[in-house]
Amino acid sequence: MALLELRNVSKIYHLGGEEIRALDDVTLDIGIGEFCSIIGPSGSGKSTLMHILGCLDSPSKGTIKLDGTEIQKASTRELAGIRNRKIGFVFQFFNLLPKLNVVQNVELPMIYSGIGGRERRVRALKALEQVELSNRLKNRPSQLSGGQQQRVAIARALVNDPKIIFADEPTGNLDTHTGEIILALFRRLSQEGRTVILVTHNPEIAAVTPRRIEIRNGKIADKVDAKLAGLDRLPKAAGSAEPVTAPVVPSA
Amino acid sequence: MSLFNAIVVGLKEIWAHKFRSLLTMLGIILGVSSLIAMSALVEGMERGSREALIAVGGVEKVRIEAQPVPVEQRNLRDFATGVTLSDVYALQRSAPEVLTVSPEMRLEPQPTLSANGKVYRTWNIAGVWPVQAQIMEHTIEHGRMFTAYDDELARSVCVIGTGVRDGLFGSPEETGQDINPVGQTMNIGGSPFTIIGMFQHYESEQDRKIREVRLAEEAQKRALGLTNRVSGPKRSRGWNGNRGGSFAFRMKNNTVYLPLNSAWIKLRSGQTNLPPEPRLSEMEIKIRDISKLDLALTEIRNIMMVRHRGIEDFTLRTQEDWAEQINTFIHNARLSGGLIAGISLLVGGIGIMNIMLASISERIREIGIRKAVGAGGLDIFTQIVVESTVIAFVGGLTGLVTSYGLIHLIVSFTPTDNAPIITIGSMAFAFGASLIIGVLAGLIPALKAARMNVIQSLRYD
Repeated sequence: MALLELRNVSKIYHLGGEEIRALDDVTLDIGIGEFCSIIGPSGSGKSTLMHILGCLDSPSKGTIKLDGTEIQKASTRELAGIRNRKIGFVFQFFNLLPKLNVVQNVELPMIYSGIGGRERRVRALKALEQVELSNRLKNRPSQLSGGQQQRVAIARALVNDPKIIFADEPTGNLDTHTGEIILALFRRLSQEGRTVILVTHNPEIAAVTPRRIEIRNGKIADKVDAKLAGLDRLPKAAGSAEPVTAPVVPSA
Repeated sequence: MSLFNAIVVGLKEIWAHKFRSLLTMLGIILGVSSLIAMSALVEGMERGSREALIAVGGVEKVRIEAQPVPVEQRNLRDFATGVTLSDVYALQRSAPEVLTVSPEMRLEPQPTLSANGKVYRTWNIAGVWPVQAQIMEHTIEHGRMFTAYDDELARSVCVIGTGVRDGLFGSPEETGQDINPVGQTMNIGGSPFTIIGMFQHYESEQDRKIREVRLAEEAQKRALGLTNRVSGPKRSRGWNGNRGGSFAFRMKNNTVYLPLNSAWIKLRSGQTNLPPEPRLSEMEIKIRDISKLDLALTEIRNIMMVRHRGIEDFTLRTQEDWAEQINTFIHNARLSGGLIAGISLLVGGIGIMNIMLASISERIREIGIRKAVGAGGLDIFTQIVVESTVIAFVGGLTGLVTSYGLIHLIVSFTPTDNAPIITIGSMAFAFGASLIIGVLAGLIPALKAARMNVIQSLRYD
């Protein structure tokens, strides 16, 4: 059973009587422990897909199952709970709370899952250790470099031990070298058994992931654009992972 | 999110914007302290009025006053007997609800008092029975009250209040000593009477405190040798309005009581063209039970009407009216003051709401982040409500403290006879009201924050 199952999912916006299909009849499965990227030009609907996958938004039509739970039926409160326990987010602009220090930022999700103060501290320290930031606990986000801030954000995403980690352009605001460190971090997480989904339009990043899902005009493209997926840049030998060219057909 | 966490977050938020929070709190602080100050001032007034009421006999006292025959009974004028001692005896025998009765014969016109080479005029000289002292709540300080025997023999004795002593023999403030006039002779309208007793000095709690402080200061000055003893005799500087405190106490202190028979025989019969019957001016009656006041009044009235053959040449006067007036006045003062203070508290609440709205719109992104990592609408709602409540809580506590200063400030502007009294009840009420207002002020901003769309707030700059 796949971790995420999307069946005929559509997201329709109405703008002044005009119907805009940001997602159009998307059917998609993502399994446990997969490391995949969602690619596509801007305006293609990849952000919408990520919002729906990440339970930030609910679809207009279709069904989604996350870890066996029907998402489209869940109330906003249940969605918040699912985001809290099963999903970790990493954003392009880090989205740390500037008034809180590093540890407090990492503790934030646990506050909403009702974990006691002492355990919060222990788990936050552990998560920060995983991203190798144990030496900057008391700093404010503004006192950290971009790479460090993104690592704090990753620690925050990890701290509730979620099954899925979403990253929306995680390296978009970082230089190449720092970006590579962050990507290596994601790869490690994926190897540890977590499902990691990267949303990007950067071919170099897409090239790193074994599976690439391309969105074009709200639909999943049958054939991944090689240029967009960064496949042309890879030496043949390095393209170890088979490019996934079609959505996995759900096993009924 | 637990409530404790929410409170901690709220406190941090307030601490992060110290000046802004302080300004916001100021509204609540002023509201709470003005509410308490108002209540304390009214409470003081109420205490003062009640003291005065008790000083003149309390609510159990009923007074029968002689009055001219009403217009519609003018043709029966010649049959009108007036209030007499026979009425007193009749009430004593026939009215079970009446505890004690004392006849009172005020001397009209009020004679001049003279003693010690001084002259004093007062307005409360009356011939009474000894029991009058109890009805009017008098306490003897020096000497004794005259007895029924003194009355029987119409002895030339009298008992005076401190006001009369001050006028004739000098007050403690002027002479520096508490002069005991017992044994002195005082002329009442030219007839010599021996002062056999003096009542204690009556004053409100407030006046007593002020006097004690002044006495202590003077004693200290004397000890340091600072008094100027060669400044000559004290001059009158015109009407000394504040002497003796409020009217009720001043009246009580200016009492001169003589035995009823002495007043009648020695003073009143000396005046011409009066009928032989000793007409009384009033009767003071103490009733048995205040809860049966209506019954007692009916009894008294019925007996009096029978005795006076239906001619209404008397009137019943209760202190209930006075007590009711006090209640109405206090009620009104409390209502109007409370309304104004309540409005200022409300304005404080609106200030909080305003700031909370501003605060959430500058924290849209933060709210989005919190929601993205799993905060539900309820968590955000709680956080905002707690923040506004914490502002109101801290403001309310500060208000409790500053109310003290505010009261002192008000009193220094407008000195009153009645010291303000801060009650626990008013403090609890004001504090509770500020908390409720804090919660209410947080509701709308909290609802707004809780309903924010996650994606839009995450994208907000």
